[in-house]
Amino acid sequence: MARIQITDLHKRFPDGTVAVEQLDLAIADGELFVMLGPSGCGKTTTLRAIAGLERQTGGHIDIGDVRVDDLAPAERDIAMVFQFYALYPHLRTRDNIAFPLRAEGLPADEVDRRVAEAARMLQLEPLLTRRPSRLSGGEQQRVALARALVRQPEAFLMDEPLTNLDAEIRADMRTEIKHLQARLGTTMVYVTHDQLEAMSLGHRIAILNKGRLEQVGTPMEVYDRPATLFCARFIGSPPMNLLPVEVADGALRGTGGLALRPPDGLARGRAVVAGVRPEALELVAPREDAVPARVVSEEALGDEVIYVVEAGGQDLRVRMPPASRFEAGSAVGLRHTGGPPPVYDPQTELVVA
Amino acid sequence: MALQVDDAVAGETPGHAHPGRRGVPRRAGAVRRWFEIALLAFLAVVMLFPVVWMLETSLKENRDVYAVPAKLLGFDVTFDHYKDVFIQRGGSGASDLATNFKNSVLVAGLSTALATLLGVPAAWAYSRFPIKMKKDQLFFILSTRFMPPVVVVIPIFLMYRDLGLIDTKLGLILIYTAFNLPFTIWMMKGFVDEVPGEYEDAAMLDGYSRLEAFFRVTLPLLVPGIAATAVFALIFSWNEFVLAIFLTSSESARTAPPAIAGLIGGTTIDWGLVAASAMVFAAPVLLFAFLVRKHLVAGVTLGAVRR
Repeated sequence: MARIQITDLHKRFPDGTVAVEQLDLAIADGELFVMLGPSGCGKTTTLRAIAGLERQTGGHIDIGDVRVDDLAPAERDIAMVFQFYALYPHLRTRDNIAFPLRAEGLPADEVDRRVAEAARMLQLEPLLTRRPSRLSGGEQQRVALARALVRQPEAFLMDEPLTNLDAEIRADMRTEIKHLQARLGTTMVYVTHDQLEAMSLGHRIAILNKGRLEQVGTPMEVYDRPATLFCARFIGSPPMNLLPVEVADGALRGTGGLALRPPDGLARGRAVVAGVRPEALELVAPREDAVPARVVSEEALGDEVIYVVEAGGQDLRVRMPPASRFEAGSAVGLRHTGGPPPVYDPQTELVVA
Repeated sequence: MALQVDDAVAGETPGHAHPGRRGVPRRAGAVRRWFEIALLAFLAVVMLFPVVWMLETSLKENRDVYAVPAKLLGFDVTFDHYKDVFIQRGGSGASDLATNFKNSVLVAGLSTALATLLGVPAAWAYSRFPIKMKKDQLFFILSTRFMPPVVVVIPIFLMYRDLGLIDTKLGLILIYTAFNLPFTIWMMKGFVDEVPGEYEDAAMLDGYSRLEAFFRVTLPLLVPGIAATAVFALIFSWNEFVLAIFLTSSESARTAPPAIAGLIGGTTIDWGLVAASAMVFAAPVLLFAFLVRKHLVAGVTLGAVRR
């Protein structure tokens, strides 16, 4: 188990593409750290650089107290789970799991013992004599996990391990990975483009965009207070409503007539963008203290209803309990129920208050 | 426009539009199948006739070989010609042809093994690593196969004379390896491309070096491809005639193809012996292809289906 320190990482591929512009990360010992971002943001390249599968063009990586820049993947004592599992197709489950142990040259009875232990932990006993082609996606994923943890490495690296699974298995596996990590207490770096996965798994989340770090924080920090407009758009489903507003009369006022409680320390008259979560808004029957709005569409999801309403020339998303009944096209009143929203500078796109 | 055409076709009544295909499908299908069977049977007879004739000639007494009309059935079967292929006529030692066949096995086998040994790692390197001017290099490698061997036979003859490789088995092994190598690299590169690099990544993280990853993971997965490639290389080396006839002169180095060709000529031609040696010559490749047929089919169709 070890912390992982990434300092000033830069990676340019031979064809000139820059995958990682500049990145500093400090991943704590025993932490489940998620790197989140859209495709091409550099998260997988960063992970492969930690693994030693890519050589960075600048910066340093330390695992524990060892600078691993010049170490081969085999010498870094880390295990990785790949998006397509990368189970060796010519080996049975047992031999797949034993493969890293055989590299260490462990005695046969020790290998058997450790394989049995890993198989028990992931309920793979009945599958030990099968080849990967005879396993379902979820089973393959569990074998890949067993192969990763059997060696008791310093850290786990997970490269979108759940992307290829069906939705229901994915939720199960997510729980399983989380429990496994908690039980073993091994540092885990988990790459995904799925914000739901990131929120539910991560102790901390790093949001990457265009090879740069946008924000690091706990899931709730990232959700409540996205550090940049990019994060504000990326985290949450549906995403935040981003309203151009101005500070006037002690409130944030936009074109639609909504007045939001301003955060402290904003200069009067300053033009900013307010990030309002859909659940911080509420629809009511048209009345005095609510902003007049019109329902554009409704999405009933069972446990909630997402309305798109138009107010003052801008479309806003509102999350409501399933009991609410507003027809598309009807006139409604819109109210803000949350506290002061995070506000962003439209030029720098950074959170200012 | 395309949409309109589709609509027009779809709008037509099936029976009216395609009487053959849609109107009476079952009977049309049966007729078609019989036609296919008849056609294939006819083609099989035409294709296999020379082989059957050769087989018959190799088993006939010499007087039956020349019989007019030819006896398709009902001739006396003899294995004397096959004996003559291997054993010195009248004597007890091995015949010249036996030496030639031994040379062929040695030359074809070793050149194929050598081409595979050099070609597979090269293909792996071209498939996995960023190499400067990779495409140009691969084109250059392929370009050595653009011209037929006969074009280069004279320069090679002169070079071999200076190197003392004329009339040696080693000379033939080297030249066949050189001719098989580009083909092996190209064909094997396709097979290596099909094996995801992630397997090697995973093996390297599991504690193996890159070479160990190749030998323990990628190589076992390449076996079908290697079998398919080796069969083709083997067939080339086994059948090769032009270089063999130019570069060898003594029976001790000569391979079977020029030796069998040498049987024809002179005043009398022993057709029985020619036929028997041709049958013996055809057998090993057939046998080898039969043994690896599973890999061969897998190899040739690999990549045709997307995973």
